Amino acid sequence: MTDATRQKTDLAAGLDGTSTPITASHRSLWSDVWQQFYTHKGAVVGVCVLAFIVLAVTFGPYIHTIDPQHLDIRAKNQGPSWAHPFGTDNLGRDMLAQVLAGGRTSLSVGVTAMALSLSLGTLIGVLAGYFKILGGPLMRLTDLFLALPILPLLLVAIMLFRDTLRSAFGPETGIFLLIVFIIGITSWMQTARIVRGEVLAIKEREFVLAAHSIGTRQRRIIKRHIFPNVLSPIMVSATLGVAAAIITESALSFLGLGFPSDFPTWGRLLYDGVPFLNITPSRVLWPGLAISLTVLSVNYMGDGLRDALDPRIRGR
Amino acid sequence: MLRYTVRRLLFAIPTLLVVSFIIFALLDLAPNDPTGDLPLTIPPEVREQIRLSLGLGEPFHIRYFRWLEQFLVNEPLNMIEQIWGVEIGNSAERLRVTSWSTRSPVVDLIISRLPQTLWVVGLSYVVAICIAVPIGVISAYKQYSVFDQIGTFVSMIGFSVPTFFTGTLMIVIFSAQLGWLPSIYDTTHVVTDFDSFVTQLKQIIMPVMVLALFSAAQLSRFMRSSMLDNLNLDYVRTARAKGMTESVVLLVHVLRNSLIPVVTVIALGLPQVFAGAIITEQIFRVNGIGQLLIIAIQGADIPLVQTLTFIFAFLIVSFNLIADLLYGILDPRIRYD
Repeated sequence: MTDATRQKTDLAAGLDGTSTPITASHRSLWSDVWQQFYTHKGAVVGVCVLAFIVLAVTFGPYIHTIDPQHLDIRAKNQGPSWAHPFGTDNLGRDMLAQVLAGGRTSLSVGVTAMALSLSLGTLIGVLAGYFKILGGPLMRLTDLFLALPILPLLLVAIMLFRDTLRSAFGPETGIFLLIVFIIGITSWMQTARIVRGEVLAIKEREFVLAAHSIGTRQRRIIKRHIFPNVLSPIMVSATLGVAAAIITESALSFLGLGFPSDFPTWGRLLYDGVPFLNITPSRVLWPGLAISLTVLSVNYMGDGLRDALDPRIRGR
Repeated sequence: MLRYTVRRLLFAIPTLLVVSFIIFALLDLAPNDPTGDLPLTIPPEVREQIRLSLGLGEPFHIRYFRWLEQFLVNEPLNMIEQIWGVEIGNSAERLRVTSWSTRSPVVDLIISRLPQTLWVVGLSYVVAICIAVPIGVISAYKQYSVFDQIGTFVSMIGFSVPTFFTGTLMIVIFSAQLGWLPSIYDTTHVVTDFDSFVTQLKQIIMPVMVLALFSAAQLSRFMRSSMLDNLNLDYVRTARAKGMTESVVLLVHVLRNSLIPVVTVIALGLPQVFAGAIITEQIFRVNGIGQLLIIAIQGADIPLVQTLTFIFAFLIVSFNLIADLLYGILDPRIRYD
């Protein structure tokens, strides 16, 4: 009875999630990876800075409780003070509160867009690598997407669909969905290419042949044998994807085609601050610094992760 | 090599056609009305006539083919006529892609904007290469030295900090605080003597440096890793064993070989610099094609947006092709046939 239930739970664990049994049996791999990661100073600093930014953005508004949209015209264009550590803008809104609120949007856009582009890229990469028939057409599709001029198309798509989505989902959710969707479907190509390359190599290995020979179904081979082995390039492109998505969103907002100005993001704050460069240069400085620090720390993390996950470098 | 070139060229044509179709379809199927911004007092029949005058009376596929014909057949013919001063067919009645907002031919608008963009982009890329190659060479030669560490850190910052932040930061420092450089690029400025040349230099230095630093950060990383790949190879030891001086080994043997992949990266990166110029032109108010695109998008000038986006796509496809061919020409180990 106990044996039977255990077998059942094992089976269930194997069917629904792949990560738990694999980390359990290969714990030494991940501690190796962590140790290698730990030796990369830049990566560790990057993790700390990023953790600080994420914590500040998440819990900051509970400590610094000024409403970012609160207008106080008498206190406009102020320099830093105890009441307003980052100063105020031309309408008297508190900059620190705006930067914190903007960070929430920017980071969530980055993470969501990355998740979308990563799942799309992984799906297309695995399908193109594993199934020979799909490989050709899917890679042509990837080449085609790589030939598309991304920034102009992003701008065009936002101009065209902004109003429709706004009326359908409300001004904030509509733009959020549009930007995330557009960044997601225009940035999956690199991931797809890398994943396809890895899958092509792994597909020919003996353990896949062994799985085939005992009659494992294809879906299960992909899930249990292929996917865990391409996880490391996927993780690296995940970090780089977050950085790229944050930059793209800020660039769109900077060109005035992102979020509306009553819904701050870092890029939008920067864009709104540019006309006031002479009066309050700090309005440009803080959001820009926030974008740069986030992207820099994420890039360093990606660098460290790449070294840590590469078995040729690890252990030297 | 020739066969490969022809095959790639033949493959580039359908790619570009599909891309142009995607751009056209995206712009056309989008739920917006080009006459939507006009006053509501315009009666419906006049509005319909405006739509017809904008060329919207025909079905989608006809308009697509007409746009293709106008841009890919008529415009090159016009250019040939202008350059060689000949007349091919009935050139006065040849239709051209016209902008909705200015009513002038799109290609003329683009040609008037192109020199500014080319100057800024071209100069910035040259500057980027001049910065990146020496840094990459020294970083690789003195791997893990202080110079290498600083170089790595600076280049990491270089491609993490977005251009719109470095640009505004430069304006804050050099224009707002120090007052050394103008923050707006004056396109009407003509260089006639040394003083006006200095003025031109002053106004171009910031946009060029912003773009150059961003590209140099990426290129120097490629240069460094490519040098590192080559430095441990046998031919380097042979060259040293022959008694060649270190500078000859480094600058003649290793540098030439490690430049091969870097050259392809340079070619691949050029379209991205054009895309980056969209943002830089917006910061410094350079009226190049990037700013034209932004104006066209804000004014919903669909023909102009279509044509500009297609030109960006054309740049990407052609530079991909150039990069692949260059790699084959420069590296004799690569055989495409």
